Amino acid sequence: MKKILTTGIAAALLGMTAMPSTVLADDGTPQQGGDITVTFSNDVATLDPAIGYDWQNWSMIKSLFDGLMTYKPGTTQLEPDLAKSYKISADGKTYTFTLRDGIKFSNGRAITAEDVKYSLDRVVNPKTQSPGASFFSTIVGYDQVAAGKATELSGVKVLDPKTVEIDLSQPDAAFLQKMALNFSFVVPKEAVEKWGADFGHHPVGSGAFEMKQWDVGQKLVFVRNPDYWQKGLPHLDQITFEFGQAPIVALLRLQRGEIDIAGDGIPPAKFLEVMKDPKTRKNIVEGEQLQTGYITMNTTEKPFNNVKVRQAVNMAINKKRIIQIINGRAIPAKEPLPPLMPGYNKDIQGYKFDPAGAKKLLAEAGYPKGFSTELYVYNTDPNPRIAQAIQQDLSNVGIKAAIKSLDQANVISAGGSDKGVPMIWSGGMAWIADYPDPSDFYWPILSCEGAVPGGWNWAKFCDKALDAQAKKADALVAPDQQAERNKMWGEIYAKVVKEAPWVSVFHEKHYTMRSDRMAGPDALYADPINIPVNYNNIWVKNVH
Amino acid sequence: MIAYLAKRIVQSILILFGVSLVTFALLYLLPADPVRQIAGRNASPQMIANIRRELGLDQPFIVQYWRYLVRLLHGDLGRSYLQRTEVGSLIAARLPATLLLMVGSIFCELSMGLTMGLFAALRRGTKTDQALMVVSFVGVSAPQFVVGLLLLYVFAVQLAWFPIGGYGHFSNLVLPSVTLGILGAGWYSRMMRSSMIDVLRQDFIRTARAKGLKRAAILFRHALPNAILPIVAMVGIDIGLFMSGIVVVESVFGWPGIGQLAWQAIQRVDTPIIMGVTLVSAVAIVLGNLLADLIAPFIDPRIKLK
Repeated sequence: MKKILTTGIAAALLGMTAMPSTVLADDGTPQQGGDITVTFSNDVATLDPAIGYDWQNWSMIKSLFDGLMTYKPGTTQLEPDLAKSYKISADGKTYTFTLRDGIKFSNGRAITAEDVKYSLDRVVNPKTQSPGASFFSTIVGYDQVAAGKATELSGVKVLDPKTVEIDLSQPDAAFLQKMALNFSFVVPKEAVEKWGADFGHHPVGSGAFEMKQWDVGQKLVFVRNPDYWQKGLPHLDQITFEFGQAPIVALLRLQRGEIDIAGDGIPPAKFLEVMKDPKTRKNIVEGEQLQTGYITMNTTEKPFNNVKVRQAVNMAINKKRIIQIINGRAIPAKEPLPPLMPGYNKDIQGYKFDPAGAKKLLAEAGYPKGFSTELYVYNTDPNPRIAQAIQQDLSNVGIKAAIKSLDQANVISAGGSDKGVPMIWSGGMAWIADYPDPSDFYWPILSCEGAVPGGWNWAKFCDKALDAQAKKADALVAPDQQAERNKMWGEIYAKVVKEAPWVSVFHEKHYTMRSDRMAGPDALYADPINIPVNYNNIWVKNVH
Repeated sequence: MIAYLAKRIVQSILILFGVSLVTFALLYLLPADPVRQIAGRNASPQMIANIRRELGLDQPFIVQYWRYLVRLLHGDLGRSYLQRTEVGSLIAARLPATLLLMVGSIFCELSMGLTMGLFAALRRGTKTDQALMVVSFVGVSAPQFVVGLLLLYVFAVQLAWFPIGGYGHFSNLVLPSVTLGILGAGWYSRMMRSSMIDVLRQDFIRTARAKGLKRAAILFRHALPNAILPIVAMVGIDIGLFMSGIVVVESVFGWPGIGQLAWQAIQRVDTPIIMGVTLVSAVAIVLGNLLADLIAPFIDPRIKLK
């Protein structure tokens, strides 16, 4: 028996009858028209949704393409996009999506279920070399396609031009989130085949904007898609992205009113200055990110195989002081999950800063005089300075940590090596969520699955019982089970905190600075999914 | 002449071959793994292996280099790992900007350098001479990113005479050209000074003076052309100096040339782009040197090509 997902339908109906949520905000009525300039220091790598995987092109691709699912602007709440509605089977292994009528690619062709299938087949095909292929590993037939033995996912079936069914090999509560990832966005086969590997420079999608012009290294121009399915969106007629502008230059130009949004954010050297000046402060929007900075401890090797030692390190670290190093651009972490994440457990209090208690625990663990160890860190500011603060905190309780400051790729490969390394500060490398689901902070970085050579579980933390519990939580896919699932995840993370494979240090905040004429609710400028801003929903004042 | 040219061309090809080998080896030895960069953080070991095979990066160094050379001889610089676009077309799209900057900076260094050198030579031994030589010394020694940021701050931010970086108008070209030109101007002013002093000592100048020519006529008709000629020949060699500056200066000013491309590729370990830009720069330097050598005998007939 199949159960209709009522919330999904309700959201879809809302989307059709009412205007998108921005209208509900108290920031005045959205105005139609106008063009804005956004600057970045680097040129965009690609606009191919199967390939693009940096925060710069991530939100641009979201404006050019559509997926089956998306997020309510400014939130982490899922809602249907290309899909009008969807059904999930009782066993949680079959998803059936019904597409909206009349949605077209910008080349004029109507989108059908075949396009959804083609796009998924393409992203998983090893020839595409997509960095997102493995997100779809729960779809039936993934292994054959990934191994190059098949070109089509047997689990993706076109029932009719408007309906596509996706079969999973196991229940996957994050599956709808994955259908909102750029990697699953729908692309037209004829355009992909025409441009081949250059599709990323000639994107054709169905999103709110179309690409009009790309002068390599100079600028990229998006114009409003007049046929976009959400009536009244986007508000802007045009967005010009200018490249080659260092963050400091962008800030100066923004203060002069030459540009509207500094895409790379506020440079650290200028942060306190612009935050103190009321003239600039009023244009800065502050938002939370789905990010955690942490210190891993190798749980398979001495002395960190002793839970008391790991707890002692947790008590030894002064998180507030580390946050001062980055000008207060973060909040202290109590657990691995960021507060914005579903499943965040408010009852977890984490470890209080208590050097005396840490010393006591170390003595109990048999290290009254401490020990010597190594701390690996990515060699780009502010990470080495953070590592020094950690080093000092550790030396206060008798632990002598030698700092190994290396290039990003080297730290990652050292952490992922067979034996791993004693300690790593994750800053600049990990972990920011791909999608707002608690499982994304567990499976790659805290489970036995991630504790393999080449994996990201640098603490080598592997608790089979906890993995089993997490699997159980992920099998709860029905909408009325979500509260229960989030509670289960809350319990899982409470256990992780007790076992203390990490010191969860902070959750970075995001700051966007905009020009005087930009308008729309602050949530759109601090969107947890679209960084730096939600291009589709923002607008400008006084359009002439 | 033709034999000389043939010899130099063969030498140039060998140099380029050497450059490609050394760059390829350096990038090969780099501990950063491009496959991990492409595959992203969620990649399974199987996927990483797939991509490595797909790109031929599982092959030994010699095989990889051989494949690269074969493609290169067909005019194919490969595809960017991260952008997936052809490196050749990426460079071609950005080359005009770099060439424009080259013209601008050569104009700046010649106009600034020759004027300074001329004045220093005429005021030889005076305070003016000393001051000019100090300025040229500073110009030669100052790091270009410092000069660039300083010019940007003073003339674009404070005085707002020029735009803060960017591309497309003549006003965008001024500051980066001056930044690159200052280094060359330092060299040229010194060369111009000594060359001018040299010429002014020559017999024909004394003759000109003796027959009662005006000072200006002696300077501009007789001394200057003779003093400048050996310096013009240096412009070809200068391309090497220019190429070494573009990575920094283009990044400071947001100039969309191949230097900026290289800088972005280095940050992302995009090996094919790094290789491509290095080769193109090497070709430019080799050509510049060749040109300088070919021009030399026309300027000074005492030089013979062998």
